[in-house]
Amino acid sequence: MAAEEGKVDPMHQFHIEPILGSQNWEIAGFNIAFTNSSMWMMITAIVLFLFVWGGMKRDLVPGRWQVMVESSTGFIEDMLDANIGKEGKKYVPYVFSLFMFILFANLLGLLPLGIIGVHPFTFTSHFTVTGVLAVISFAIVLLVGFWKHGFHFFSLFVPHGTPLPMIPIIFPIELISFLVRPFSLALRLFVAMMAGHVLLKVLSSFVIDGTNAGIGFGLLVGLPSFALMIGISALEILVAGIQAYVFALLTSLYINDAENLH
Amino acid sequence: MPQIAQLAETYSSQIFWLLVFFGLVFFVIGRGMVPRVMATVGDRDKQIADDLAAAQAARDRADEEEDAWRIRENENRNQAQALVVQAKADAAAQSEKKIGAAQKRLDTKLAEAETRIAASRDSAMTEIEAVAAEAAQDITQRLAGVKVTKPSASKAVKEALAHV
Repeated sequence: MAAEEGKVDPMHQFHIEPILGSQNWEIAGFNIAFTNSSMWMMITAIVLFLFVWGGMKRDLVPGRWQVMVESSTGFIEDMLDANIGKEGKKYVPYVFSLFMFILFANLLGLLPLGIIGVHPFTFTSHFTVTGVLAVISFAIVLLVGFWKHGFHFFSLFVPHGTPLPMIPIIFPIELISFLVRPFSLALRLFVAMMAGHVLLKVLSSFVIDGTNAGIGFGLLVGLPSFALMIGISALEILVAGIQAYVFALLTSLYINDAENLH
Repeated sequence: MPQIAQLAETYSSQIFWLLVFFGLVFFVIGRGMVPRVMATVGDRDKQIADDLAAAQAARDRADEEEDAWRIRENENRNQAQALVVQAKADAAAQSEKKIGAAQKRLDTKLAEAETRIAASRDSAMTEIEAVAAEAAQDITQRLAGVKVTKPSASKAVKEALAHV
């Protein structure tokens, strides 16, 4: 944004810009401009749709694509089965959507499309997005908990075997740790994605500025930074998967609390 | 940090479009497509389990048939063995009977022959005695001129023959 010519602003990649002249679109007074962020949400949804659609041949002997799609649903199903039990099966659609949407968003945001002039946007690096996803997960936990257990759901905040005099102390602690969950869920993904992308941009500015400053700086600073970028890019692919997994895993653990209490 | 700097102007657009696209992902992919993918997996697992069960049933049936065949086979063998034993016994009894009959015939023939021989000997003996008695009468007549009656001659001959 305020970057001078030739300088790399590591924060510019998170800048949201309305596209297609939509900056004044509104619903009930709220601005709903179709931004680069929205466009990458759409791209993620389309790519995810194509991925799953390619695995819907329903062959008895599956091809490679079908095996990929079936193992991704099987992965979510196994995770829910391990964490929640038989009740977990009905959450497969939600947790699958959540996991795959975050995973594809993270991976698509890492694509090196800058070299052909298209700038990928990682919308999971915005806490407005991760926050909404976390709030949806947390809302499901609350709805399921109160729907299934009523006010008995509050016994979640009193672990088994708590001595009676400790309850007034334990209860607020457990309540606060419970209420912090959506924030930790949202911030973890947002911070992990943002940090990785900032680090890559900072290193790339080292490469560019170092090389521009002369051959000596180029070899001394640019080359090691470039090697580091390659390693960190690989690490970021791993982080993309891990953060999506952590989000889905914690969601399933929280749903387990609501389904089975303790 | 654009996330904070642009928060006021962009939060509604971010939330709106996220709900739109994540909602589409959830309802179209999560609710629409994922259950069908899982159903395919379930069908395949069920088919494999069914095939395995069918194979197991076929193997059990084959084992049963083999057992039944073995029992039948043993019965048949026992029956055959019994038949062989029976036939052997029959044959032995028959040959024994035949041998017995032949023996009996031989015995009768032998006995007849012996009787005939004995009869021949007796008749020969009587003739010899008669001839001897006549000869003795003749000899005594000629040598001593003593007339010997037939009964005393034959008595002497008998005595003499008894000493032989």
